[in-house]
Amino acid sequence: MMSGARAILRKDLLIELRTKESVPAMVLFSVTVFVLFHFGLDRDSLDGELASGVLWVTLLLAAVIGVSRLFAAEREQGGIDGLLLAPVDRTSLFVAKAAALFLFLTAVELMAVPAYAVLLLGPGLGGALPELLVILALANLGVAAVGALVAALAAETRARELIVPLLLLPMLVPLLIACAQATEPLMRQNPGPEELGRWLGLLSLYDVVFVLLSVAVFDFLLED
Amino acid sequence: MYSKGLVPLAAAAVVTVTTALVLVFFYAPLDADQGFVQKIFYIHVPMAIVALCGFVAGGVFAIRHLRSGDRSWDMRSYVAIHLSIILGLAVLITGAIWAKASWGHWWLWDEPVLVSFLVVFLLYCVYYPLRFSIEDPDRQARYSSVFAITAGAFVPLNFIAVRLAEKYTHPRVLSQTGGSMPGEMRLTFLVTLVGVALLFVTLWKLELTAKHASMQLKRLRNRARVAA
Amino acid sequence: MEAAIELEDLQRRYGERIALAGVSVRVEEGQTLAVLGGNGAGKTTLLRVLAGLLRPHGGNARVLGAELPGERWKLPTRVGYLGHEPLLYRDLSGRENLRYHARLHGVGDERVEEMLAAVDMAERADDPLRELSKGLVQRLAAARAVLHDPALLLLDEPRAGLDPAAAELLEPLMGRESGRTRVLVSHDVDGALAEADVSIGLKDGRPAAVGRELYR
Repeated sequence: MMSGARAILRKDLLIELRTKESVPAMVLFSVTVFVLFHFGLDRDSLDGELASGVLWVTLLLAAVIGVSRLFAAEREQGGIDGLLLAPVDRTSLFVAKAAALFLFLTAVELMAVPAYAVLLLGPGLGGALPELLVILALANLGVAAVGALVAALAAETRARELIVPLLLLPMLVPLLIACAQATEPLMRQNPGPEELGRWLGLLSLYDVVFVLLSVAVFDFLLED
Repeated sequence: MYSKGLVPLAAAAVVTVTTALVLVFFYAPLDADQGFVQKIFYIHVPMAIVALCGFVAGGVFAIRHLRSGDRSWDMRSYVAIHLSIILGLAVLITGAIWAKASWGHWWLWDEPVLVSFLVVFLLYCVYYPLRFSIEDPDRQARYSSVFAITAGAFVPLNFIAVRLAEKYTHPRVLSQTGGSMPGEMRLTFLVTLVGVALLFVTLWKLELTAKHASMQLKRLRNRARVAA
Repeated sequence: MEAAIELEDLQRRYGERIALAGVSVRVEEGQTLAVLGGNGAGKTTLLRVLAGLLRPHGGNARVLGAELPGERWKLPTRVGYLGHEPLLYRDLSGRENLRYHARLHGVGDERVEEMLAAVDMAERADDPLRELSKGLVQRLAAARAVLHDPALLLLDEPRAGLDPAAAELLEPLMGRESGRTRVLVSHDVDGALAEADVSIGLKDGRPAAVGRELYR
């Protein structure tokens, strides 16, 4: 099973490296939104809960772009038939797409988070970097699982560009709550993790539920 | 197929709802702080509970649909969700009215049940555009079921998350739990809860019957056209 | 001996509409089946059912020993599909596309080189597909379809967009000489019938006699 998933993942990464259509757009979008927040909030520097909230909302909005484009290559090549004709089961397909999304999100964060630190984050990132990385990793896992599911759900509907954000963003609310709450103490003037366990627990619960659920229902999508 | 027991069910619903109305207006005690407006609680909370059960039921029916391939389960799921969305809107509106009348604000962010409901409502509203943007009927049913199951799993997670994020231990205004309710309130509350639930099931059966009948009609028309 | 394809009263709906009904045919190994009919008759639907992309809603179907719909999962390794879409990624090169398909099917890279040579695309194998003409892409699509040496070939207008030279190149891969069981959908009635061992006509999803009335 995994060799099929690997082949599909490799193909998606190759296409992204070649076309550079998703990741740069997501990074550019994130930085633009940071600038919008600067003007909208009329602030030069943010800390604490405001800093945490602005970062996470921006990252999740950028994720919408990534999710919308997850099956773009297939759509433009005449449909998902190519994937369905391959001797690969749906679970492998899900794993491949979720893994691709995970990697794209990681790549985006590698650029967007430092940009955020430079543009808007008062206290700077040094304070609690390891904790932040853990939160980002767990968040990416959840977004990848839910995102792949939503992408598949919306893949062949006419109103895809509307449905992806409207479906994805409410579903990400629990994840947003956990991440924003967990990150807030890390972005204070005197950063330090606080109640991290509780929020990481919620994040992990979210991840487990949605990874299992997505794997279970994915079989019913994309098949006729 | 769906209309079995519809008449007695409808009768029971009407009786219970009427009893509930009587109890609410004449029996339940008047709240010292909030006055008459507090009585919205008797409709707001039962509707919220029934709507949530409706969403979960929609998810359960959807699971049965996917496992059996029998589209009638998808129909049941669709109607349950559809009615719950309408009920959900009523929950939000009555919640807002109560908040405004009691606290002077149209919306309260520190009321976790109301806030969770807003998120759930926003999510389920996407059910319609998702469903109706898929043309192939089999695929439409299947994808709707996947959504119903995913959203159904989401509801409890969302409640947990919002509840955890509650900043201060604010006395929960709108969701007075059973524990602290005096006897008369509790009775009235239970009767209204049962009334709303019966009403929901009656409407659910009614809509299913109507849909089933119109589908039969369409099928017969198609058959006649092909034979001609 | 078991037939390559055995269909009995095959049915497929699209909601309330009938896409296929009452389709029955038997095709032995190595034979060619021609499927003829006008637009919207159900030819592509039939092909997609045989490929395992669509599940039958009624009747019996056995393709290469696999019962449909239950054993559909067995089909992808044994079936090659060449339809209207090339099913190749325009941003990747011919070689990259074929290597991707090779990995999906567990086939080695040497086979990719073999196929590239067979369709005379070795020189332009590293050009991204979006730089190639439709005819060249079609050659690569054909290579993709037979890359994993399928026992059954499903061909939907395979010669569309091919120049005569290319069509000749592909004959040994996709033609009668290839020895594969083939299902051929074509608007070229005479050409298709000339190659076919068995033929069926479809009209509104149902079997009909092969003749002019099919196209009304």
